[in-house]
Formats: sequence, C-alpha cells, structure tokens
Amino acid sequence: MARIAGVNIPINKRLAVGLTYIFGIGRHSAANILKAADISPETRGRDLSEADIARIRSIIDSEYQVEGDLRRQVAMNTKRLMDLGCYRGLRHRRGLPVRGQRTHTNGRTRKGPRRSIPGKG
Amino acid sequence: MARSIKKGPFFDDFLLKRVEKLRTAGRKELVKTWSRRSTIIPDFVGFTFGVHNGKKFIPVLVTENMVGHKFGEFSPTRTFHGHGGDKKSHR
Repeated sequence: MARIAGVNIPINKRLAVGLTYIFGIGRHSAANILKAADISPETRGRDLSEADIARIRSIIDSEYQVEGDLRRQVAMNTKRLMDLGCYRGLRHRRGLPVRGQRTHTNGRTRKGPRRSIPGKG
Repeated sequence: MARSIKKGPFFDDFLLKRVEKLRTAGRKELVKTWSRRSTIIPDFVGFTFGVHNGKKFIPVLVTENMVGHKFGEFSPTRTFHGHGGDKKSHR
C-alpha cells in the first residue's frame, strides 16, 4: 500500500490513473511524474517498490503543489478576490458563476440544487 | 487569450497625466473617470478614483492588490434587489 503526499493510497489501478487520486495531480502531470521517475505508467499501485515510491514522492514534493497546500492557495485566491470588492469577488460571495456565464438558465453547478419559489405553479 | 506582454497593460493616458499632476501637487482628490476599461497600474496605488457605473461615480480607493485589474471591475453596473413581488423581506 502506497502513501504519497498524505492520505492518498492508489492501488489496483495503473499508476497513470492512480496518481490522479492526489488533489492537484491530473492525467497530464501524472504522466510527467512517471516519466521523470522512469516508471512505466502501466505499473499497478501494489507493484511499486519502496524506491519507486520514494522517487515519486521526491518529485511531487519538489515540483508540485498538492493537497492541503494547493487547496489553501485556491482558497486564498478566491478570498483575495472577495476582499478586493471586485466583480469576480462579488460573484464568489453570492455563489454565482464568476466568468460571465448566463444565469437565466443553467449555472446550477455554482447555484446548487434548484430552490422552489413560493406561489409559483 | 491573454494580452501580449509586448504591448504592456492598456490604460487611457489621461489617467496617468491626472495622477502625475495630483502627485506633484501633493493632493489626493477624487479622479472621476469613465474609463472603466483601463487597467490599474502601480502608479495609481493610493489614489481614489470615481469610476462611472453608468449613473454614478463609485469611489474606489486603489490598493496594491488591485493592480492588474480593470477599473470597471470595482464599479458594478447592475443592482439586483432580489426576486419576488410584494415581499419587502428580500434584500
């Protein structure tokens, strides 16, 4: 069982996918990491040797921002916008789409489940 | 697509002129502007701009964090008073 960057334990999956269980590592960076560590992307999580794990860990530690740090950075970025009083910050505060999408319809990802309006229908 | 670095940030020149003038005069008064499209550059930090929102000039005190944003971002053009007809409870 491999623990890389905190809580993540990918097993039984190809590493190219397994590494994406780490927040901040997608398919692309997973492939890059494996290339840099000289490990086949076809390797399964359980077949990793300790040396392999150490190499992956050191690459992620030195070159990638993942998990808590990354989440904190993202939160800081939105907080900056909110404190600034700019349009994007206002949209974040209201939980509405930030990048100019329409809200007449759609935008449910940001707005959450539909709320029924009293006195309608 | 992002703007080419070669060109530098876009802003209307008269803003910089006004700011320079105020700086040499040592005064800090409201710089009214309709130029919502201008990028806030570091020279503007510390000054207060009245950014037109189509109706009023919204006072915006420019801080360091705002550099790189546009003036228009700080002067909302729409007022949303909530949905729902007669209920005053909405904000």
